[in-house]
Amino acid sequence: MSLIDLSGNLLFVAFVAYLIATLLFGGAVKGGSKGESADAGKKWGSLAIIITLVGFIANLGYFITRWVYAGHAPVSNMFEFTTAFGMFVVGAFILIYFIYKVPALGLFALPIAIIIIAYASMFPREVNPLIPALKSYWLYIHVITAAIGESILAISAVAGLIYLLKNIDLTKRSKESFWIEVVMYALILVLGFVAVTTTFNVTGYEAEFSYIDKDGNTKEITYNTPALFGMHQSELLTADKMEPIANVPAIVNAKKLTTVVWSILIGTVLYGIIRLIIRKPIAVIMQPFAKRANSQLMDEIGYRSVLIGFPVFTLGALIFAMIWAQEAWSRFWGWDPKEVWALITWLFYAAFLHLRLSKGWQGKKSAWLAVIGFVIIMFNLVAVNLIIAGLHSYAG
Amino acid sequence: MKKIICECGHENPEGTTLCEKCGSPLTEEEKSKKLADMRYEGTAIRSKTYNKTIIDKIWNFFSSVKVGVAIIIITLVAAGIGTFLPQVIYVSLTEYQDAAAAYKAAYGTFGSIYYKLGLADIYSSWWFQTLIGMLGISIIVASLDRGIPLYKSLKNQRVKRHENFLKRQRIFASGEMSAEEADKAFDLTEAKMKEMKYNVRREEGALLAEKGRFARWGPYINHVGLIIFLFGVMLRLMPGFYIDKTLWIREGETMAIPGMEGFYLESKKFTFETYSKDEQKEEFNESKKAVNAVAKNYQTDVKLFKAPDDAVPGDTSNLTLVKEMPIIVNKPLKYDGYALYQMDFRLNELKTMHFDLIDKKSEKSLGSVAIDLTNPEKEYKVGKDSKVVLKKYFPDFAGFEDGEPQTASPLPNNPAFIFVMYTPETPKGETSFVAIKQTLEPLGTTKYKMKFSAVDTRNVSGLTVRKDKTLMILMLGGIVFMLGVTIGSYWSHRRLWLLKTKDGRLLMASHTNKNWFSMKKDLDAVTEYAHLPVYVDQHDEDQKAEDAEKKSKDKEKEGDNI
Repeated sequence: MSLIDLSGNLLFVAFVAYLIATLLFGGAVKGGSKGESADAGKKWGSLAIIITLVGFIANLGYFITRWVYAGHAPVSNMFEFTTAFGMFVVGAFILIYFIYKVPALGLFALPIAIIIIAYASMFPREVNPLIPALKSYWLYIHVITAAIGESILAISAVAGLIYLLKNIDLTKRSKESFWIEVVMYALILVLGFVAVTTTFNVTGYEAEFSYIDKDGNTKEITYNTPALFGMHQSELLTADKMEPIANVPAIVNAKKLTTVVWSILIGTVLYGIIRLIIRKPIAVIMQPFAKRANSQLMDEIGYRSVLIGFPVFTLGALIFAMIWAQEAWSRFWGWDPKEVWALITWLFYAAFLHLRLSKGWQGKKSAWLAVIGFVIIMFNLVAVNLIIAGLHSYAG
Repeated sequence: MKKIICECGHENPEGTTLCEKCGSPLTEEEKSKKLADMRYEGTAIRSKTYNKTIIDKIWNFFSSVKVGVAIIIITLVAAGIGTFLPQVIYVSLTEYQDAAAAYKAAYGTFGSIYYKLGLADIYSSWWFQTLIGMLGISIIVASLDRGIPLYKSLKNQRVKRHENFLKRQRIFASGEMSAEEADKAFDLTEAKMKEMKYNVRREEGALLAEKGRFARWGPYINHVGLIIFLFGVMLRLMPGFYIDKTLWIREGETMAIPGMEGFYLESKKFTFETYSKDEQKEEFNESKKAVNAVAKNYQTDVKLFKAPDDAVPGDTSNLTLVKEMPIIVNKPLKYDGYALYQMDFRLNELKTMHFDLIDKKSEKSLGSVAIDLTNPEKEYKVGKDSKVVLKKYFPDFAGFEDGEPQTASPLPNNPAFIFVMYTPETPKGETSFVAIKQTLEPLGTTKYKMKFSAVDTRNVSGLTVRKDKTLMILMLGGIVFMLGVTIGSYWSHRRLWLLKTKDGRLLMASHTNKNWFSMKKDLDAVTEYAHLPVYVDQHDEDQKAEDAEKKSKDKEKEGDNI
């Protein structure tokens, strides 16, 4: 088996281990609640964390073998970075788990890591040769530190989510119960993206189009999903494939738009099916898993993960970033979209800390902020890389 | 200044909410709260005390955390809007008459509005800069406003606090105890807390164990770091602190470096490399991406020279070699606070054009001419008896206007020439207009012509010359910030108070600025070791809810019994 195959297999092992561990954490949360003794819950819990650790070691194995194979740290394209981010989320969860020993955290953190890794695997997996701008050891230092910082911050959103599920009264219609369901819906949408991409990948759908870009040049593009939207003045070149419903202006990338719309469509259908089966909001199904968590402790974990993650994020995403930018681009700051969004993330968490310290925003308010913070991080990862063009968008 | 006199007799300055000496609540508002507000130890804070003069009002505005957070939110929203479309500096304007036209052409009406609103250059707009400035002021004012009183208060804190202070702490315990038992508990607590690296101070009937007070300074230190950073950024606007120039240099040229007086740079060679197939991974070669070659290296091999101090500018006769090295992306040439970066390039710029002067009929050549396109000569000798005069030269020929040839730029992108050819056969000279793939004979048919034979090209490197004296200041700001944020995030200020009351009770209270989970671990350890009364977390909502539930259940049971 070559190193790259080994690497891929290790990632798969990690993925499966996280799935199993999630179920076990579910057992740990539920165990001991009805009839069973508290010991049963503990046993589930320790089994769950062992499986998580096994998965994490396999995940690290993926990272290291790919590093050795590629000759550079596997954080240089969308697949590599997103996978690494998923891995660090699990790492951050393990760290927080060993401080606080709360199984509910695993039940929610691991699925998020799983979704992130599944999302990552939708991107091309080839090992890219490094372009000159990336040839620097700062690539490893900056990207890895920033990703670790973001993953620790993500755990605060997990704690926040548990806090909200526990403390929001879902029996009443309210803004809170609506938005928490929106969060659940958003998670399903990512699964929608995975489902769409996998389905058309497996069927090998390919449709070639020619189009005219914003500078007036004629170009070609290959769609891997049936085209809902065509590029500017596009013409279908492959026979017997779906014609786009409408063409878009040149500044919009219709291929990406098509993928997004497909994901939303399929995600919504998926969500609808789930709702039809369970006949109540997903949040209501999830709520019992959060009920036994201690609110006070969840609030503290949320706060503590921001405290742990914020300095790491500052160091990786701003300070190391600036040092590298000075070396590579001759200026430490250039208002590139990715730089700006890192600053926005940083300012947001700074506001979070100030509101908490000075305005006493604890409990629900703090939990909502943590969830919004995660949304900003994901926006930075997904939208800024894929939609907004800039110096960092070598990833797409 | 009004003084507030506490029940204990201590005189507190106006605005104090918890007595500096005993910790009893002083204001009605503070008394109405179940738990003491410990954020700034209840000391008098300027912004919360005075609000009369205009200075008070300005001070209060900037010291308000609400205002600070509002500025942060406005800044981050504005910064986000600035990423919707590329900023002006990233937009290529060459094809359009101005930026407004470029935005309209590329992004339609939205782009047009975006540009008109100034969003295309948002980060250098006066109002964005003002926001950053206000943020800086807010950081300074708020830090002074809270930091100084907090520092004084913690420095002067007493061991013995009033019962009203203890029982209004989040962690509180109370138990009846004989005097001997209490003394023993004090001794054991002191021993255990010292073992856990707390500083322990004792007074008659009171004990204070404290650890990690420096953690309270973290936020103030990191704010100092931010101020140093912002100061550094402002310094860049001062002349001499910051140089940003571009240098286009051709292979073989030696040029004065703009912004770097007395220094000259020679470009020996520019190299652009792409990865070969066997350098790329197999599965990459099989993918669609492999259709395009991937850039591997941009490199300019240079020599850096220094002119003697007394040399006239432009005099390159006595240069001394300072450094010889390649400038590569990510590896700038650094010298004396200056840095030269590989930023851009043009491949195969025309350097020399070779022509043969030939007889049109016989195609016999009289000799050849090599014209240096950046520095052409006026006259070229051909063979023994002939010459060619370069009457006019158009480096970047862009067509005719009113019958006159035009040049678009001084770069030799599309050279065109007007030659006058003198040969023994045509001593009066024949005029010919020669451009690439085009020969015109404006003054009548000629016997001879200049036949293009070859061209030499060379590469041009686009280098950025940078000097930034503020980098050290920015770095210092960054280090101070990291130091502060680390101290403030990874350490916590923990305190434990014990008080022996006259009526035979032992009171215990505890406070930490964060990480209550670990504080409780310490408390559990000391409670067990020193047999202290069991504490309650007066803030735990779940506990309260459970207690309430239990009570109601107990009541039900009682009801059943009856």
